[in-house]
Amino acid sequence: MKILVCISKTPDTTSKIAFIDNNTKFAADGVQFIINPYDEWYALVRALELKEANASTTLHLINVGGADTEPIIRKALALGGDEAIRINSENGDSFNIASQIALIAKAGDYNLIFTGKETIDYNGSSIGGMVAELLDLPYISHAIKFDLEGTTATVVREIDGGEETDKANLPLVISCQKGMAEQRIPNMKGIMGARTKPLKVIEPTTFDSYTTIASFDLPPAKAGVKLVSADNPEELVRLLHEEAKAF
Amino acid sequence: MVLVFIDQQAGHIKKASFEAASYGAEVAKLLGTNAEAILLGSVIDNLANLGNYGITKVHTVDDENLNNFDAQVFTKIIAQAAENAEVVIFSNNTTGKAIAPRLSVRIKAGLVSGAAALPNLSSGFTVKKTVFSGKAYANITVTTAKKIIALNPNSFSIIPMGGTAEVVPFTANFETAKVQVISQDLVKGEVPLGEADIVVSGGRGLKGPENWGMITDLATLLGAATACSRPVADIHWRPHHEHVGQTGLAIAPNLYIAVGISGAIQHLAGVNRSKTIVVINKDAEAPFFKAADYGIVGDAFEVMPKIIEAVRKLKSA
Ligand SMILES: Cc1cc2nc3c(=O)[nH]c(=O)nc-3n(C[C@H](O)[C@H](O)[C@H](O)COP(=O)(O)OP(=O)(O)OC[C@H]3O[C@@H](n4cnc5c(N)ncnc54)[C@H](O)[C@@H]3O)c2cc1C
Ligand SMILES: Nc1ncnc2c1ncn2[C@@H]1O[C@H](COP(=O)(O)O)[C@@H](O)[C@H]1O
Repeated sequence: MKILVCISKTPDTTSKIAFIDNNTKFAADGVQFIINPYDEWYALVRALELKEANASTTLHLINVGGADTEPIIRKALALGGDEAIRINSENGDSFNIASQIALIAKAGDYNLIFTGKETIDYNGSSIGGMVAELLDLPYISHAIKFDLEGTTATVVREIDGGEETDKANLPLVISCQKGMAEQRIPNMKGIMGARTKPLKVIEPTTFDSYTTIASFDLPPAKAGVKLVSADNPEELVRLLHEEAKAF
Repeated sequence: MVLVFIDQQAGHIKKASFEAASYGAEVAKLLGTNAEAILLGSVIDNLANLGNYGITKVHTVDDENLNNFDAQVFTKIIAQAAENAEVVIFSNNTTGKAIAPRLSVRIKAGLVSGAAALPNLSSGFTVKKTVFSGKAYANITVTTAKKIIALNPNSFSIIPMGGTAEVVPFTANFETAKVQVISQDLVKGEVPLGEADIVVSGGRGLKGPENWGMITDLATLLGAATACSRPVADIHWRPHHEHVGQTGLAIAPNLYIAVGISGAIQHLAGVNRSKTIVVINKDAEAPFFKAADYGIVGDAFEVMPKIIEAVRKLKSA
């Protein structure tokens, strides 16, 4: 079996969010970048577990990004996986990124493609569905559990207000979130081993972008908290009812 | 024409789809056209009522097989219905997130997911969306002829207009679903968190699951959903689906009441789009107060019973 896991780079969750160049670019100076948590904790780790359960499994990682993404890719390889592919492209939109991934996915004939549920910077939730459509494959999004028996997958996914259990045959595209697996920390052996694993760099193919980012805004600052004394919680209820008209 | 995808669950239209319908009707107004809707599967609700939200015509494919959700099948049908659409609107809920990206590829339409406002047409077609988990917005310009917008739930008010929509069957070609839905497990008797107007949420400050009565009692009185911080779900005090934040559900209710939650940046990422935020925490230095509109510095175990009593009085008055 062949699995492809899509890995993206995002600012650390505690990063200060600010913009430069007339609010057209994220201020990346001094920001620490990490593997998008959904990709690392859930997509990658579940894929690793599948490989551990079946030694003949090949596990590849893919990223569409610039050379500055390589430390993130090496960190992902330290967790596991046989090799990584980086498509050297930085400025495409979701459709462009998905098209680059789909091209490699098709050529590599993967049985299973995992993405994260969303990137925590762009919050697109789009790449998985786009890759699936480009490959004409079924797509199960928001997976919280994934089991495989032969070539049949049983997937539990989040739906609005609950959960749903689905069954489908490989090949499949799955977007992963909390529940799929438990976060792992790379060990020394993994870190050393990752240094010599293949990281192939491929030049991008020309595809359209359907969207561009015109600018960013920060939400207006809050007016400040109105504190009510702990001796008089009834006053809070009155304010919420009469002033905020919240109920 | 603007086409709005109407999402249903167990035969009923979801609240998020009424928001999408009202939004779609406003987009249609901006473009000088009309808003129509597509609904797949069999429903109980009277679809003509969608007219009340500005929809002129509802296309339905009343086929039992479509009560089995498969993003691939749905995409194929919606693509056929969208042949004459300039803009297709989804709610950015779990269904919308599964279909909209596929449709984007299929009909070559740029997608803005997580839209927070109406499109700006002053130069091109630009839509504001939430990024960085609600900590910022990006203005996205769509450069394709057709456009798709997936609207954040709870970010656009439903606008009742009074009116009836024409309901017409839509004939579409589609194959058997490759994804079989085996079962659905809906949280019963509770308000779904993603759609709730009011959310009462508890953190590690509540000390243990046995103390959750004050959260659920207040929620019941207010018709609210309950939520929790991540560690609370991780140590199994509360079910995982209640976990809000960066790695949990992102919500935007009218009122969010946080009890015994410190307000870590990853928690705020999931709740900072709430209209009014109330924080009850015994530590005046808790970071949550900086993001709050109202607050009480105090012990939840003393404050909450009094709040519950006051709300009970108000509700029975
Ligand atoms: C990558 C990453 C992603 C994360 N994602 C999320 C996420 O999605 N959601 C999330 O919630 N967290 C997330 N976290 C964890 C987050 O950083 C915090 O650790 C977590 O939110 C803290 O939960 P808490 O506020 O319940 O607990 P604590 O931080 O322990 O806070 C408890 C609070 O209760 C108060 N308190 C104690 N006793 C009382 C009392 N008697 N009355 C009133 N107040 C009292 C305390 O003053 C304190 O402020 C993430 C962390 C990382 C690193
Ligand atoms: N540049 C990228 N390279 C590889 N995978 C990506 C990239 N961007 C996004 N992804 C994958 O697609 C998922 C959803 O991303 P998005 O649609 O941008 O929210 C992520 O969790 C990743 O798994």
